[in-house]
Amino acid sequence: MSAGTPRSLASSGQKSIQDICHPLSAEESALSRSPDVLNPSGAGEKDLSLPNGTPVDTSSPASSSSLLNRLQLDDDLDGETRDLFVTVDDPKKHVSTMETYITYRVCTKTTRTEFDLPDYSVRRRYQDFDWLRNKLEESQPTHLIPPLPEKFVMKGVVDRFSEEFVETRRKALDKFLKRVADHPVLSFNEHFNAFLSAKDLNKRQGLALLTKMGESVKYVTGGYKLRGRPIEFAAMGDYLDVFTQKLGTIDRIAQRIIKEQSEFLMELREYGPVYSSWSSFEEELHDPLEGVAGCVSNCSSALDELTEDMSEDFLPVLREYVLYIESMKNVLKKRDQVQAEYETKLEAVVFREDKKTPVPTDVEKCQDRVECFNADLKADWDRWQNNKRQDFRQLLTGMADKNIQYYEKCLAAWESLIPLLQDKQEARGETN
Amino acid sequence: MADSGSEDIAVIGNTDLTPSESENNLKNTMVEKGTSLLKRMEISVAEAEKRTGKNAVNMQETYTVYLIETRPVDAASEGTNPVPDSLWRRYSEFELLRNYLLVTYPFVVVPPLPEKRAEFVWHKLSADNMDPDFVERRRVGLENFLLRVASHPVLSSDKIFYSFLTEENGWKETVFETGFQAKADSRLKALNATFRVKNPDKRFAEMKHYGDELQSVISQLLRVRAVGENKVSTAEYAAQSIRKSPFSPTKRAADRLYGVYKVHGNYGRVFSEWSAIEKEMGDGLQSAGHHMDAYAASVDDILEEEEHYADQLKEYLFYADALRAVCRKHELTQYELEMAAQDLTSKKQQREELATGTVRTFSLKGMTSKLFGQETPEQREAKLKMLETQIEEGEELVKERNEECDEFVKSAWVDIERFKEQKDHDLREALISYAIMQISMCKKGIQVWNNAKECFSKM
Repeated sequence: MSAGTPRSLASSGQKSIQDICHPLSAEESALSRSPDVLNPSGAGEKDLSLPNGTPVDTSSPASSSSLLNRLQLDDDLDGETRDLFVTVDDPKKHVSTMETYITYRVCTKTTRTEFDLPDYSVRRRYQDFDWLRNKLEESQPTHLIPPLPEKFVMKGVVDRFSEEFVETRRKALDKFLKRVADHPVLSFNEHFNAFLSAKDLNKRQGLALLTKMGESVKYVTGGYKLRGRPIEFAAMGDYLDVFTQKLGTIDRIAQRIIKEQSEFLMELREYGPVYSSWSSFEEELHDPLEGVAGCVSNCSSALDELTEDMSEDFLPVLREYVLYIESMKNVLKKRDQVQAEYETKLEAVVFREDKKTPVPTDVEKCQDRVECFNADLKADWDRWQNNKRQDFRQLLTGMADKNIQYYEKCLAAWESLIPLLQDKQEARGETN
Repeated sequence: MADSGSEDIAVIGNTDLTPSESENNLKNTMVEKGTSLLKRMEISVAEAEKRTGKNAVNMQETYTVYLIETRPVDAASEGTNPVPDSLWRRYSEFELLRNYLLVTYPFVVVPPLPEKRAEFVWHKLSADNMDPDFVERRRVGLENFLLRVASHPVLSSDKIFYSFLTEENGWKETVFETGFQAKADSRLKALNATFRVKNPDKRFAEMKHYGDELQSVISQLLRVRAVGENKVSTAEYAAQSIRKSPFSPTKRAADRLYGVYKVHGNYGRVFSEWSAIEKEMGDGLQSAGHHMDAYAASVDDILEEEEHYADQLKEYLFYADALRAVCRKHELTQYELEMAAQDLTSKKQQREELATGTVRTFSLKGMTSKLFGQETPEQREAKLKMLETQIEEGEELVKERNEECDEFVKSAWVDIERFKEQKDHDLREALISYAIMQISMCKKGIQVWNNAKECFSKM
């Protein structure tokens, strides 16, 4: 493992939650926080670079003001202050005696000191990405972890090694890593670091950490009843419910369009040959009819491309978001649980007879947990909303673009046909 | 090309015409060649109306009548705008007119009528005879028919045609009085000739083949597009369906295009619903949704225009039939000539045998005379005389038929050439307007999606 001692902010998994609070969550000034929480191991270090963060409330302790400057960034800034770049490319097939699988090259460029080197290039397979995500979920349970493309594909239905499938997956994996890399907390996670840099990703390394973090990570306590969900989280839940629905509808619509287009394409493909065979027994009309046949054929190809693009680019992104939302709902549930636990414990204490005894640390811990969770979640939520907006703007604009390109291709084909159709008339004139 | 012994005497039209009639026709055609009716008269089928009445078997029926308006060309150009003359006709009367023309001018590729029942019509448009859209398209087709006839160098001068346009009452009787129905060739006779003719003019054979191919190719195009409610070639269609992939056995191109556009309308609704839960994205989504609705709605116009193209193809689908009819008539005249020539040859042969007493070929006569003895010289003399008469008559007949055949070939070929030119011109125009329509459709698509894109980019 490469990185130096992970800073407290980044890897909340190594310290107990009580000591760490999310630096960006200071929107709720009601949060009570121990003043030294931000930098237990030395504040001034500049390694606390957070590439893109949400604006920070200045009511947080002064030591975070130096962060402020770095944090007030425009989300759309093109990596000027980014110091971690990750890409996924170059899929390759590996055949071994036991199995066949695809690996992807993961390239990293960074100036962060958490990394030993500025450049990395490693090969990873889907399993590794899956491992990383699980680790992130375990170690950062208060955060929204981006989704991975679907794990299981039905053999026989989908060809796991087809170019289209591999490319679609590669894009999704690339997006996943980029989202993690852009996250001010997740990107500092040591498992992420290991994923990016270790030559040989030893999954067993994770186990050791797991046992260490075991206790502090157990949020899913279960069994506690929630009194009142704060409005904003209730609103989040509602929004996600409706949004999932709408995404599902859009998915169905897109699928239906693809189906209709494919079937229209099948019919369209029949026209061309008929015009061709017609031209074969005409004299004057031979060239015009042949021209029409060619035109129809061009339009068919254009439609084929459109349908393919929609299948490969549009649908996967929609589905990815559905997965994203599912995992987000889980995080919301966890949050509810943490709050419920706190409330229950608090209630138990309040009803004690001796009111003079200080609130037990146990309950205090719970309170902190709640507050940190809420803070993390809120910050992530805002980030997610922003990213979602960009993603969908891009997705829908892309869809519009593809349709425009399709029509432009067809337009060009038909326009070039017109002079061919009119040509003979002028050349012949009145003569026969 | 007629068989041996051709002497050219021009006879136009049906061979059963009396000399005076044919003279009349000849004069008419020559005089009015190049000055078709259309140059002197404006013709239109202006309206359609529903009527109810009692039919032949005294039962109530509803039918549609069409208003034919005519107006002399000069009157309009003089500045005065007189009310056009008009009369009502129903489809069956058009059919009667056409049948009359077919029989009376068998050497003409007679313009077709619009289809009687809706076949090859995309079912979301009108397929019902009473449907206003179907009626409208039929009105256009009937007008087209009249204009075609009125601009034809031969047909336009026909008196029955003229009275069809101008005399509402008693026209039917006038048509029947021509006795044209009796002149019609029986189907059986025609079929027989097709099979047995030995030496048809190669050009006609080629034309007939062309007609077959044209019909086949246009049928295919129309079938890919849509299959109507009343499927004619059910067997063919069923065969096609089986060959098709299991996913879409019966849906055709028009349906699919309709589906593609209409489903986009669903985006409109879901974007609207989605925009309700969004803050900044809401407006962009909402307006994009409206453009999706517009996109979905635009398909109706597109398919109407495509139907127009289909109608243009259909006209030539039916024209192919008319072309084949002319070729079949040639086969018939040629066959009748061959039969007459064959008959003459056999009669001459009989005469020779009788005169020289030799039996060249096996004949029943020969056998019986061998068995029962030769005839007496008197009998032979009588027979010879009869044969001579028959041979004389036969030679006349062959000459006549030869002339008919030649004449038919000449005038039919003139009309076929005219038809070819018309067909090339019309179909080229149809393809051009089809291309223009496609271009317009693409441009609209680009515009809508650009509008949507703008909305998306503002999300």
